Amino acid sequence: MRKLKTVTRTVVPLVILASVAACSGGKPAGSITPQQLTDSLHTVLSTDRAVYTKLIVNRLQNEEKIIKATEHWKEEKTLVLPAQMFRAGAEMVRDKGATFSYSLLSTWPINKQNAPKTEAEKTGLDYIVANKGKNYYTEETLGGKKYFTAVYPDPAVAPACVTCHNDHKDSPKKDFKLGDTMGGVVIRVPMGS
Amino acid sequence: MADTKQKRWWLAAGLVMLALSGYFSARLFGDDRRLFLPNTTSHGHHQIELACDTCHTPFAGVKQEACNQCHGEELAAVNDSHPRKKFEDPRNADRLTVLDARYCVTCHVEHQPERTLAMGVTQPVDFCFNCHAEIAKDRPSHKNYAFDGCAASGCHNFHDNTALYEDFLVKHLNEPATLARPAVAKRDLKPWIKLVSPNSYQRTLTRADADAPGAMAPKHLDEWVGSAHARAGVNCRDCHAPAQVDGARAAWQDKPGAAACNSCHEREQQGFQAGRHGMRLAQKLSPMRPELARQPMQPDAHGRELGCSSCHGAHAVNVRRAAVESCVECHDDQHSKAYADSPHARLWRAEQAGHGAAGSGVSCATCHLPRELHRDVDLKGIRVQHNQNANLRPNEKMIRGVCMHCHGLGFSIDALADPALIQRNFTGRPAAHVESLDLAATRLKQPRKPKP
Repeated sequence: MRKLKTVTRTVVPLVILASVAACSGGKPAGSITPQQLTDSLHTVLSTDRAVYTKLIVNRLQNEEKIIKATEHWKEEKTLVLPAQMFRAGAEMVRDKGATFSYSLLSTWPINKQNAPKTEAEKTGLDYIVANKGKNYYTEETLGGKKYFTAVYPDPAVAPACVTCHNDHKDSPKKDFKLGDTMGGVVIRVPMGS
Repeated sequence: MADTKQKRWWLAAGLVMLALSGYFSARLFGDDRRLFLPNTTSHGHHQIELACDTCHTPFAGVKQEACNQCHGEELAAVNDSHPRKKFEDPRNADRLTVLDARYCVTCHVEHQPERTLAMGVTQPVDFCFNCHAEIAKDRPSHKNYAFDGCAASGCHNFHDNTALYEDFLVKHLNEPATLARPAVAKRDLKPWIKLVSPNSYQRTLTRADADAPGAMAPKHLDEWVGSAHARAGVNCRDCHAPAQVDGARAAWQDKPGAAACNSCHEREQQGFQAGRHGMRLAQKLSPMRPELARQPMQPDAHGRELGCSSCHGAHAVNVRRAAVESCVECHDDQHSKAYADSPHARLWRAEQAGHGAAGSGVSCATCHLPRELHRDVDLKGIRVQHNQNANLRPNEKMIRGVCMHCHGLGFSIDALADPALIQRNFTGRPAAHVESLDLAATRLKQPRKPKP
């Protein structure tokens, strides 16, 4: 009888503690953190765009000189600009019902609607420009919903990036160099239930 | 005693309730729901105001799909400047609390005539301010412009800016009022007809070929013999007793109706039903009649039903008549009345008489039923847009598809911004000048020095 009591008093609490400890981890084994998700998304997004910029735009426009990439590509029957290709993807992804969202923003935007708007965006863009190579992670609440927000530097990976922005009538900055951080990719993942 | 009296009152009340619910149900589920129509509907929708289900989903309000079923394709085609997807990014969440631009009904509410402004907009005319308050920073030229003039200026539209965006203005900066070689595009229906009907255009059919059973009215035969249908090889039975899917011919119908036209002219039919002439048919209502219109119409035209043959003539299928005479048989407004004496009409008459260059004439249809490039898998060609509303409001929509075939951009913008000139059907010169091209030219000349 006493032995049973001792066992119950030691083992049961231990079992309870163990299960609480296991559950309080929050996620079952094998799930990923918001940061891992945004990092993975960013890897895919930036790589796809870099491939498009280098293998298609830079090659055909600047090397072979057989077609241009222009802003009004549909009307002029030219190539889509890398930034537009990126944005088109962001819109299409939303149409497919994805919960994450992404956008391309800059402190020196050609289209002023792509300037940073939220506090997280402003701080994030300043941070990635001041700290070359580093990402910025934070949480923010927009429209009553909570988001994990990541800001990644968007460097000038090809000469096409730099020449077009420097020559553009509406660009506030006209002395970009290859490798400069021209803006940031902002990826948001909704948090909580 | 009091008890019986009470019971009688209850009985009476019950009977009244029953009568009322019977009456309202009959109205609600019957054909005439005018009882439930609150207020006057807008110019855009009044023709279909009794087809409540077109817009309203029972117990779910007006869904976005209801708007998109008629207007979605058109908005996509003009590269809508403010599409829904622009506002779905979470970073725009704060803007949506002021003006939820994801939904058409935020700015276009029906049944509220007291606050319905131009283009069916039910928001105050300075709504642009909500998101574009900082515009003077980006465009110093706009510093002294009022916020209620954005859309009325002839410079900006909320949805369709295909003729107004800055790079387009720059491309067409110094064009003359009338171009050196003004010409309306030539229609090109043959490739499509040949696709639908491989045996067409083999030879022009003659009087002897007519295959109607029994006696034909001489008028109908005469009209058909000289017509485009006879030239294309379309015989009587092709419309009156068309071939079915199984190869057999349908029974002869004296009045075949629009379904007969569909096999070859489906695109035109779709356009017709998308505009003000045929939108009632699209909602399975009776055809439009002039007396139902809110525009001035010829009293003689009352009672006429609008369909393919009302403009084209069932047997003559005369497109030249459909371009002017058919229109003025019904339309009796200032602009239509002024057409006959206008420079456009003079060019039209000259071309018809043979001394004007081909494509130099301008009929009602030239502007209101414009010739557009259509693409269909492998086929590409010029067809007539039968949605007369597609380029009507705001009228800047007419610039690229119509005006710029003959006129420079600046002249076109100025002309369309002058309501008095429009009333006179473009007799005379534009009184006002819209500054958009000047502003674009100024920015072009600005030195491109980097900002400090």
